[in-house]
Amino acid sequence: MKNTPPETTPFFARDRDMHPPAYTPWYKTTVLRSPQRALISFEGTISEITGPVFGHSIINEFDNDLLANYAKPGEGPIGERILVHGRALDERGIGIGGALVEFWQANAGGRYRHKKETYLAPLDPNFGGFGRTITDENGFYWFKTVRPGAYPWPNGVNDWRPAHIHFSVFGHGFAQRLITQMYFEGDPMIWKCPIVKTIPDEEAIKRLIAPLDMNATIPHDMRAYKFDIVLRGRRSTLFENRMEGN
Amino acid sequence: MVQPLGYLKETASQTAGPYVHIGCTPNFTGIHGVYETDLGSGSMINDQTRGERITIRGHVYDGAGTALKDALIEIWQADAEGLYNSPSEIRGKADPNFFGWARCPGDMATGEFVFETIKPGRVPFRDGRLMAPHVNFWIVARGINIGLNTRMYFSDEEAANGEDPILSRIEHRVRVPTLIGKREGDTVTFDIHLQGDNETIFFDV
Ligand SMILES: [Fe+2]
Repeated sequence: MKNTPPETTPFFARDRDMHPPAYTPWYKTTVLRSPQRALISFEGTISEITGPVFGHSIINEFDNDLLANYAKPGEGPIGERILVHGRALDERGIGIGGALVEFWQANAGGRYRHKKETYLAPLDPNFGGFGRTITDENGFYWFKTVRPGAYPWPNGVNDWRPAHIHFSVFGHGFAQRLITQMYFEGDPMIWKCPIVKTIPDEEAIKRLIAPLDMNATIPHDMRAYKFDIVLRGRRSTLFENRMEGN
Repeated sequence: MVQPLGYLKETASQTAGPYVHIGCTPNFTGIHGVYETDLGSGSMINDQTRGERITIRGHVYDGAGTALKDALIEIWQADAEGLYNSPSEIRGKADPNFFGWARCPGDMATGEFVFETIKPGRVPFRDGRLMAPHVNFWIVARGINIGLNTRMYFSDEEAANGEDPILSRIEHRVRVPTLIGKREGDTVTFDIHLQGDNETIFFDV
């Protein structure tokens, strides 16, 4: 981590117009799980602007290598080998160092390693489907995996999820907490997906689509996709009201 | 034309989906051998942690009154003295034996979440007034499009709750009890209702 003074200002107000609203009946599970009343807004207090620090010591050598972290020695998962890389930034464009990034996905056939998963595509004995990493001091991260398959899910009679990777991101404050999904450039399933369509803003959807990045591709090994993640920015200390009694 | 402000836009949220546990608590789902333990699992306290031991228990209920069995709950709280274990906490040094953050998946059969922790001290509001002791909650699940923020206050803190700057600004007083964990002995019960007459107050913070 860079040796900069800790930031103690509240986060910018969240632009709720580009996030999905809670109630999106075409994604049926939201109907009974969406709060109906208005959120109560207040400027972040110390409870929201603080957050824990996850040290690099929690990360094992292969946590960001899904080709290796579940595979038997000498074996590996079936599928297209890819490198996913990018940067965690805040809305000011400042890289977020020390961010915990966790990811999970289906295997190349579109099957998750989960008890409740019933899709007929087979499990891959060499693929767990999850990993994690901590961003470097400038916010950069990467991991290796296979490209996940699309899969059908019970919503409409013929709804399919586009190929995607789930991301959970932990920045510096508890109010920056974010879970999202990364999609792949060129996938025609993206624009048919009820979950994608919960996002009311087309530009916000496009920002979830990772472009193929040939410059980061490892020749004769794996192609690369680039996925930047933007968390909420913080107000400048210059403009803070001085707190009473301080 | 004007100069562009140049801010980036926050990445849009997407639901955690039904398999959030694969990524966040793999051992809980039965996938062992990749992470030694699930991050944020287990007791939040050790022998040296300062403060009053409590257990927080609860369920997350949907609009039909059914407990969610696939939710993931995270909490973040101050130590017993009212200090957060965070670099952004500049008022003092928090208890080194208390991390302050934990994560718990709802039980697969009952949906219950449990946190073994300590009762937090009071922390200041932005104007310096003290807020009542509270634990910050963040809830994600399939069917929740963007993580839900709320707080649990304590039923045995009536006086502090009465002067809490957040609680006291809530217009519909009848909703305030949705933020109060009910304390009986060492157990504090905090049920979260996503909808209905008792819909929990959620915050945009
Ligand atoms: Fe998924």
